[in-house]
Amino acid sequence: MKKLINECKLKFPALSRNESLSRSAAAAFAMQCDPTVEEMAAIKTAVSEAVTNAIVHGYRDNKDGVVEMHMKIFDGGVLHIQIKDKGCGIPDVAAAMQPTFTTAPADEERSGLGFTVMESFTDKLRVRSAEGKGTVVTLEKKIGGKN
Amino acid sequence: MVKIYNDGKRITAALYGDLDHHAAREMRAELDDVISHSRPELLILDLENVGFMDSSGIGLILGRTRSLKAVGGELLIKNASSEIAAVIKLSGLGNLIAAKSKSGV
Repeated sequence: MKKLINECKLKFPALSRNESLSRSAAAAFAMQCDPTVEEMAAIKTAVSEAVTNAIVHGYRDNKDGVVEMHMKIFDGGVLHIQIKDKGCGIPDVAAAMQPTFTTAPADEERSGLGFTVMESFTDKLRVRSAEGKGTVVTLEKKIGGKN
Repeated sequence: MVKIYNDGKRITAALYGDLDHHAAREMRAELDDVISHSRPELLILDLENVGFMDSSGIGLILGRTRSLKAVGGELLIKNASSEIAAVIKLSGLGNLIAAKSKSGV
């Protein structure tokens, strides 16, 4: 098990305006690992996808919902970001992770590419979900590979 | 925010700020408004002043290609940063990114 260097927790209501807050917070935290511009963009994008999913799908825009973010830096510049909601959950995670899968109505124009983006911009993606209980997405990325 | 430059047949829509789910909702309404009123042959989305885009931006682009198709128009993207171009290419919409050589666009 790698040594934990630092961690940070953040809780906010499921408001779409907090999508930018969440990725800015992740970017600020990741700065401690001295990321490249590309790594920084990848982290922001992956976090934005996970948080948007929690707000749009987990809570279906119910503003009473609370999204929790738990960020950790481990020895060697490995960044873990966990995004948790206590929303409706995903009945079939494997199906939901397929590109272009979406449950949103067509007029909401969700591309269904959230998980695809998260996967391609991180090293590891873990999704745990229980119907009626919520979803936990964990993004993992090694930062500062240039060193 | 969206700024529209309209010369009749060709419309350039310059987007400003982060293109996420929150911003896409507002931009979509403004873009569809101009598409249905002006029925352009070409709509150019200028992303020069967009610092961030996630898959909500893909939804916005896909939706606008559909609204343009309904009026016989096409969509092109210009000035996407390399990070944003990576998201666009991941979605299979890379063909909408205007080649640099087309300086007229």
